[in-house]
Amino acid sequence: MKEQQAELVLDVRGLVKRYGTTTVLDGIDIAVGAHQVVTVIGASGSGKSTLLRCVDLLDEVDDGQILLDGVDISDPRADAAAAQRRMAIVFQAFNLFPHMTAVDNISLAPRVVHKVDPGEAHEKALDLLHRVGLDGFADAYPDRLSGGQQQRVAIARALAVRPRLLLLDEITSALDPELVGEVLAIVKEVARGGMTILMATHEMGFAKQVSDQVVFLDEGKVCESGPPERVLGDPTHPRTRQFLARVIAAGWLT
Amino acid sequence: MTHALSPLARERRAYRRSRARRSTLVALLSTVVVAAAIGVAVTQSPGWPRVQVTFLDPASAWRSLPTVLEGLWLNVRVLVVAELGILVLGLLIAVLRTLRGPVFFPVRALATGYVDLFRGIPLLIALYLIGFGLPALRLQGIPTDTAVLGCVALILVYSAYVAEVFRAGIESVHPSQRAAARSLGLTHRQSMRLVVLPQAVRRVLPPLLNDFVALQKDCGLISVLGAVDAIRAAQIDAARTFNFTPYVVAGLLFVLLAIPTGRIADAVAARAARRQGAQ
Ligand SMILES: Nc1ncnc2c1ncn2[C@@H]1O[C@H](COP(=O)(O)OP(=O)(O)OP(=O)(O)O)[C@@H](O)[C@H]1O
Ligand SMILES: [Mg+2]
Repeated sequence: MKEQQAELVLDVRGLVKRYGTTTVLDGIDIAVGAHQVVTVIGASGSGKSTLLRCVDLLDEVDDGQILLDGVDISDPRADAAAAQRRMAIVFQAFNLFPHMTAVDNISLAPRVVHKVDPGEAHEKALDLLHRVGLDGFADAYPDRLSGGQQQRVAIARALAVRPRLLLLDEITSALDPELVGEVLAIVKEVARGGMTILMATHEMGFAKQVSDQVVFLDEGKVCESGPPERVLGDPTHPRTRQFLARVIAAGWLT
Repeated sequence: MTHALSPLARERRAYRRSRARRSTLVALLSTVVVAAAIGVAVTQSPGWPRVQVTFLDPASAWRSLPTVLEGLWLNVRVLVVAELGILVLGLLIAVLRTLRGPVFFPVRALATGYVDLFRGIPLLIALYLIGFGLPALRLQGIPTDTAVLGCVALILVYSAYVAEVFRAGIESVHPSQRAAARSLGLTHRQSMRLVVLPQAVRRVLPPLLNDFVALQKDCGLISVLGAVDAIRAAQIDAARTFNFTPYVVAGLLFVLLAIPTGRIADAVAARAARRQGAQ
């Protein structure tokens, strides 16, 4: 909590997001300090993906502020593209580019956005593939990879731009149970390496292991937040207890 | 590839082969029967001897073949130039129509108007207006060659169709692909060029090839402007000899020209379908 005061990478203040007449996010406050992992949990439809999309400026916010390193990036006058270059997101559904090989998917942004020399970008991409355990898959197209392999490529693609903030949106929820472990192991590795991460997940056991802070989202508001042992182990709010009881019944808290 | 097959698998394979042979045989037989029936019906018709003389005269066919072939060479050249022009202009208009933002409103409106106009106008009228109207302006630098003018008309009309095909392709790329590109920091133009268009073009290749086949025969319409293409050459010969055989020759040559393209289109479509299935 102390270093969180010292250096905030992300500071979300009173974020409101509406789709038509429904208010999905109703005044969210979340702070992520440097090298911290903050996990957002909540029922399906509680707005976890929406929150991450708003932070990555893929959706326009209706009210509130998003500060990245102290600069309000949600301001319409701010340079959205520049802010996006400093963040990277991994989606629930991978969203790899189907017409590019694994290595091209990874080296695309370094090459065309960050103007890295193509040969160097390629080398870096091969390195990253090695890091996510996919040596030998460099020239494979996404449709030839398993779900877990695709998601690992997507993580490598996000890491390739050396983001200041990494956003992970339920990156294992589209995977078969036996593929979940391989993806989570990589995230753990990345978190240990000092990456600043804001993520949404249904994997409570995993959240407990890697998070510095857990935020429970309910009806568009932050219902409860704090260290994982407290929020997941000894929640004070009845809604949190209810949610966790359901999750345990579904076998997600392992 | 050298797996030892179990007797069960061998027996099944033999059965499948025998079924395949039988299917081929049945197809062959039924084709022969149908062809014979049509042949008999046509040759037994009362007007057949007359038709044979005026439409299927071998001597006339042989005599007209060189000039018709020479005309066809013009058609092929027009086809290639027109196709290239159509692809470039069509893609450009499709991309212009997808531009967002108020600055681009006039561009979008123009592109939409262009498509509305040239998709609606009959090709023959476009040919007349451009082929005879444009040179009548007597402006400096306007080409007077009828083949060139015909080519321009074909490009204008066909690019409107092709633009819509491209646009459908662009819109069929899921928005999540654009979001992924943008989240990596790619600009609108970069995401379009590197992420959306490559996927869109792959998807619309089969309908594009279909339009190409249609263009192939519509190239013959430049003959109305007086360009001596295959049809015009046939017309000249027919008018001289009062025999319609050269038209049949020209028609057959156009069909021959279309067959490879049709096969390629089929193969591309089949490959696209396989790819979809694999995903
Ligand atoms: N583009 C959109 N238009 C309208 N409504 C939307 C849109 N995107 C999301 N919503 C709505 O916003 C709510 C929150 O969606 P969101 O995807 O953020 O939930 P989530 O917490 O990520 O759920 P899950 O755990 O199932 O992924 C849902 O009720 C959804 O129907
Ligand atoms: Mg979600």
